Amino acid sequence: MTEVASSLPPPIRRPDVSPARLARRHAAERRFRLCALAAVVIAAGMLLALIGTIAVQSYPAFFETRIGLDVDFDPDVIDPAGTRAPADLGDANYAVLVRRALEKVFPEVRTRRDRRALKRLLSADADLALRDMVLGNPALIGTTQRVWLLASDDVDSFVKGLIAREAPQETRRIDERMAAWIDALAAAGRIETRFNATFFTAADSREPEQAGILGAVVGSALTLIVTLALSFPLGVLAAIYLEEFAPRGRWADLIEVNINNLAAVPSIVFGLLGLAIFLNVFGLPRGAPVAGGMVLALMTLPTVIIAARTAIKAVPPSVREAALALGASHMQAVLHHVLPLALPGMLTGAIIGMARALGETAPLLMIGMVAFIAEVPRGFTDPATVLPVQIYLWADSPERAFVAKTSAATLVLLGFLAAMNAVAVILRRRFERRW
Amino acid sequence: MHLVPLPTTGPAPTATAGRLAAAADADAQTAAFAVRGLDVHYGATPALRNVDLDIAHHRVTALIGPSGCGKSTFLRCLNRMNDLIADCRVSGRVLFNGTDIYAPGTDPVSLRARVGMVFQKPNPFPKSLYDNVAYGPRIHGLAGDRTALDEIVETSLRRAGLWDEVKDRLDAPGTALSGGQQQRLCIARAIAVAPEAILMDEPCSALDPIATARIEELIDELRTEYTIVIVTHSMQQAARVAQTTAFFHLGEVVEVGATERLFTDPRDARTKGYITGRFG
Ligand SMILES: Nc1ncnc2c1ncn2[C@@H]1O[C@H](COP(=O)(O)OP(=O)(O)O)[C@@H](O)[C@H]1O
Ligand SMILES: [Mg+2]
Repeated sequence: MTEVASSLPPPIRRPDVSPARLARRHAAERRFRLCALAAVVIAAGMLLALIGTIAVQSYPAFFETRIGLDVDFDPDVIDPAGTRAPADLGDANYAVLVRRALEKVFPEVRTRRDRRALKRLLSADADLALRDMVLGNPALIGTTQRVWLLASDDVDSFVKGLIAREAPQETRRIDERMAAWIDALAAAGRIETRFNATFFTAADSREPEQAGILGAVVGSALTLIVTLALSFPLGVLAAIYLEEFAPRGRWADLIEVNINNLAAVPSIVFGLLGLAIFLNVFGLPRGAPVAGGMVLALMTLPTVIIAARTAIKAVPPSVREAALALGASHMQAVLHHVLPLALPGMLTGAIIGMARALGETAPLLMIGMVAFIAEVPRGFTDPATVLPVQIYLWADSPERAFVAKTSAATLVLLGFLAAMNAVAVILRRRFERRW
Repeated sequence: MHLVPLPTTGPAPTATAGRLAAAADADAQTAAFAVRGLDVHYGATPALRNVDLDIAHHRVTALIGPSGCGKSTFLRCLNRMNDLIADCRVSGRVLFNGTDIYAPGTDPVSLRARVGMVFQKPNPFPKSLYDNVAYGPRIHGLAGDRTALDEIVETSLRRAGLWDEVKDRLDAPGTALSGGQQQRLCIARAIAVAPEAILMDEPCSALDPIATARIEELIDELRTEYTIVIVTHSMQQAARVAQTTAFFHLGEVVEVGATERLFTDPRDARTKGYITGRFG
């Protein structure tokens, strides 16, 4: 039987290239491409929508409203004794000057209640602004100046059109009377909308118009410095040891598995660990960048180790062999040849880990970085907050003006994240595969 | 200085065992490398079995044999590069100038400074030409100052026949050279450490015929100062450059002899089969 079969040559099968079959194949390819393209478009569209919404919402936060008043720096109020001593100038009652300047514009306002409402047109700390002007330039005393004082957040929102005129009287933050005043001020050219520099130069504040992002930016920077300073050297050393020197075997496998597990641990767990160890055992200050940085370093360490090990693995063994065959010690081969080649990859990994740490909130809440901090932190042990926590705090605030601030802070955070990722990409491009 | 092929087949009669061992020991003292009873395993798989081989000073010894027969493994035993492979076990004795390099207390780092190596695929460092050659002298403290180092770099590149081609661009990266130039750079890099022996593992297998001819010329020149062991898959190359040839087969040394004799009058049937192209 087999002989019969083998005596006949097997039929030759040629590829089926009939037009119908080819058309079907091409159609399938087109469908696939279309689906893939649709996926990309949808993803890009969602990203654009997200960033677009944030940008539109944050727009008002980048502008502030100021009210121009002619302030009479009356020496009798500021410096009745005539000493010009900074202590005396600082103690003076500048609120009187503000009140007088307002009364000059609205002489018809008489009742106590109305006057108080009038004062609410201005930000709460208008008198402090005058004090700082006088302390900075005592020559102002005795003169009358047009001073552009920060308007209150309600006036600001009203001027920006965020509070509707038609809203029912009882629930409105700006009533008919105040609206009339604002209109009068505007008609007199005493209302200006300017770029909001305060947002970038101030720390948090209870008053939305005085709240800024700088405190959180500095807090984030200080925290990340601690994180980088701890996690990068530790991570690189650990990776070098594990990759180059650790004996292979069960222990190495165990460590490897656990590092990978650690990278997947929810970040809040690191916060709990930080609370238990760094605050309660080591007694580090609550809510300080040093503690926050240490917690985030714990969190990023596995990422850095994994990235560094990958970078070391990517160095061709021939480089290592070449060095060893010349009589370099193992450490020399690693330090002189492997490390320089792996460094860009390690840095890339570290930056991506830092970007993740920058956006982290949960573990920092655990160690008390969630407090209201009205000062820009000056050092690693000052109480501080960080960008994402600041966003969380503002999002939680009832004032209308904090809505825009929340979006603006988000935009700033996204900007930093994008910048860090760009640096990582540039590093990778720059040093990619030089061997 | 003359290399005596060792008896590799059949156990020696007990009466003469002592005398033979004594003779072998005498050889071991005069040879550059004297390998005795070398066994190498990768995990449980044997790669070399009971290899005895003497390699003479200032000669080129070629190792030939079908692929996978253990030539590279043998070569890497001579400078302990096998130490880098985790599951590689070596037993037996390898004497280099009379001292056992596998004895406890031998430092592979200082051994490798005396026994250089050139790899199959050129592997210059991704650094400048200068730094490639200067690296060895630097780590071994061979040059006191920059001028001395410059001199070592120049002489090494000259000896490797590369100086005239690269003297104007010593700052260029080593990886930017052609394959043949890269391999000569690797040879210069090995020479710069002033080793006593140089091991080459198929140094021309990635090169074109012209570059190969350059390297072969170079090997012939270097013979006067260095003991050279070269693994090659080309019998013509062995015939051109080597004075002694060893034929490996399935992890054993089948036959060793003067190159010309081995190719014209092989004594073992397996050698004959290989060089006449019946297998391998
Ligand atoms: N690193 C290694 N791990 C396991 N087995 C190896 C390794 N290197 C070589 N071998 C095995 O050892 C034998 C000899 O290899 P090798 O010395 O490279 O042969 P050759 O150089 O003669 O072609 C081969 O069977 C090969 O599969
Ligand atoms: Mg080989």
